Amino acid sequence: MTRVAATIAAQDGRAISPAAAASDCPLTLQGITVSYGEKPAVFSVDAAFPANAMTAIIGPNGAGKSTMLKAALGVIPRLSGEVSVFGVPIEQARDRIAYVPQRASVDWDFPTTVIDVVQMGLYRKVGLIGRLSGAMTAQAKECLDRVGMADFAHRQIGQLSGGQQQRVFLARALAQDADLYLLDEPFAGVDAATERAIIDVLKLLKSNGKAVVAVHHDLSTVRDYFDHVFLINVRRVAEGPVETTFTTENLNATYGGRLGATHMAELEGVAS
Amino acid sequence: MNSFLDALLLNAGYNAALVAIGAGLLGFAAGSSGTFLFLRKRALVSDATAHATLPGVGIAFIIMVSMGYDGRNLIGLLLGSAVTAAIGLVIIEWIARRTRLAEDAAIGAVLGTFFGLGIVLLTIIQTMSSGRQAGLEGFLLGSTAGMLFQDAVVIAIGGSLAVFATWLMRRPMTLVAFDAEYAAAMGYNVRRIDLLMMGLVMAVTVIGLKLVGLILIVAMLIIPPVTARFWTDRSGRVVWIAGVVGGASGYMGAALSASASAMPTGPIIVLMAAAIFLFSLIFAPVRGVAAAVIRHHRFQRRVHRRQGLLSLSREEPIREKFTLRLLERDGLIRPDGVPTDKGRAQAAKVSRDERRWDVAREVHQDAGLTGRYDGLTPIEEVFTSDEIQEFDRRLGPPVAVGGLA
Repeated sequence: MTRVAATIAAQDGRAISPAAAASDCPLTLQGITVSYGEKPAVFSVDAAFPANAMTAIIGPNGAGKSTMLKAALGVIPRLSGEVSVFGVPIEQARDRIAYVPQRASVDWDFPTTVIDVVQMGLYRKVGLIGRLSGAMTAQAKECLDRVGMADFAHRQIGQLSGGQQQRVFLARALAQDADLYLLDEPFAGVDAATERAIIDVLKLLKSNGKAVVAVHHDLSTVRDYFDHVFLINVRRVAEGPVETTFTTENLNATYGGRLGATHMAELEGVAS
Repeated sequence: MNSFLDALLLNAGYNAALVAIGAGLLGFAAGSSGTFLFLRKRALVSDATAHATLPGVGIAFIIMVSMGYDGRNLIGLLLGSAVTAAIGLVIIEWIARRTRLAEDAAIGAVLGTFFGLGIVLLTIIQTMSSGRQAGLEGFLLGSTAGMLFQDAVVIAIGGSLAVFATWLMRRPMTLVAFDAEYAAAMGYNVRRIDLLMMGLVMAVTVIGLKLVGLILIVAMLIIPPVTARFWTDRSGRVVWIAGVVGGASGYMGAALSASASAMPTGPIIVLMAAAIFLFSLIFAPVRGVAAAVIRHHRFQRRVHRRQGLLSLSREEPIREKFTLRLLERDGLIRPDGVPTDKGRAQAAKVSRDERRWDVAREVHQDAGLTGRYDGLTPIEEVFTSDEIQEFDRRLGPPVAVGGLA
């Protein structure tokens, strides 16, 4: 390609997706709509998840939190909307994204060991016929160590507790060595020790300059764990830093009065 | 028996040897390429695909005859069967994805409709002037009588390609079978990989059609991976073990049917696979039924023994007959129920371990260690001896059981 043609192509690229060129934002959603049948689960949502931060996606049951995340990743089809990752369309940035699905989404009797699952995170890197090198196996082991599961490498995954299963999923995401980590309810149904282990790993990722986005359901831990919140109830309600956005007013708007008075008072307590 | 050995050693004649080798290769290909469909929990799709081959066989025959060729040309018949099998596959996939019907409903509908159409076509062919000696009903249950070298070559080449494709795509297929959401998030095209899994199985079905028949080929795709699952906890090994199970049942089944007159090859092969399955179901280590029963009994004994010892240490009466028998057998109590010296010593140890655990929970806030308390695991397996000494220091001197020691 000649230099002129390249320049034109670059300009075309800018013209086609202005948002992409405008930012290096880890994850930008524009006008995402997902519908089951003719009832939108997520309607025309815009979002920009910041770098060097941990963002919680918050909303009541059925508000489309997980659906939005899955639609952004292309796990489920979306009716409309564009997704860009670090300023380029998501298809060009798959290697920079690590996803941790809900634990309940897989069959834990599947014939695979802990280390095999973690190595799945390396599959794109090794390709179809490449061999998993010793260095890669060592890397997978190290990821297991980071979530405190090094001793479990050769267990069949069905023998793990719920919290341990969640740690394995996190280790698999770590093995991808990505820049953007998307987690779907990582703390759902795990023990306290696992919750602490996971949050430590996530905070370390953040301090290493990675972006972390998690669907989260426990309002009482939002202030301790996250810097940024995204409130959703089918539509986007609010988005911003925890201090300014995680307010009673916004929560009321999100949950539509479904949060009891006692629950709100508790959160106020946490706030003050 | 001698004739079976002859057949196994390929000494039972050219045709028998050809059939045994062909069936062995087919079994290997079917077992290994059926594995991922089984792991994806869509094994029955292969049954619908197999039944959907029949109209293709009929249509191909009619077309070839009407064009003046030999209607029994194997390649032509297999191509025809592949076309309708693919159509059936696409319809199932479409119904499951685009309508509110579940996949099992789609499988049932496609299987029945295509098979019905196929039977109608075969009946029409019977009435055609050139159809009398067609022998197409051999595709239903398989036939080995007129197996040609060319047929074995088709199986060898097609089977090798299927095994190679399974090996090549093992990583994407493992990902999709285990965690399709994660695979999609990584950028894999899940739908295409699903179609590939089904396409592989369809290819094996088509090449195995003449030997095993469309009704029973599904057994060769499903039974070997199910059997292999008993022997390993790693999907990569399931593929190869399933291949070996399939290959062995194909080879031995063909040899067995060759050694007895008028034994149908396809059904014997399937029964051979079922026998290996049954053996694995019962005797496989860890996952087998026998192992599970033994494990359960051992566990039950450990529980009873522990409870009995705790009762002794608390000087409570033991009422359960099983516990008493167990303790007596181990020389821990006398026939009249009074603890022996050994029984007292072990009861003291068990009761001390209980109190050590109480201390351990205070000292070690780490739930990873104290979470391993189940009342059965010996404390020595969880804590080091110096840690246990520390617990003992806090507990004070040992207390004798029953005040007798």
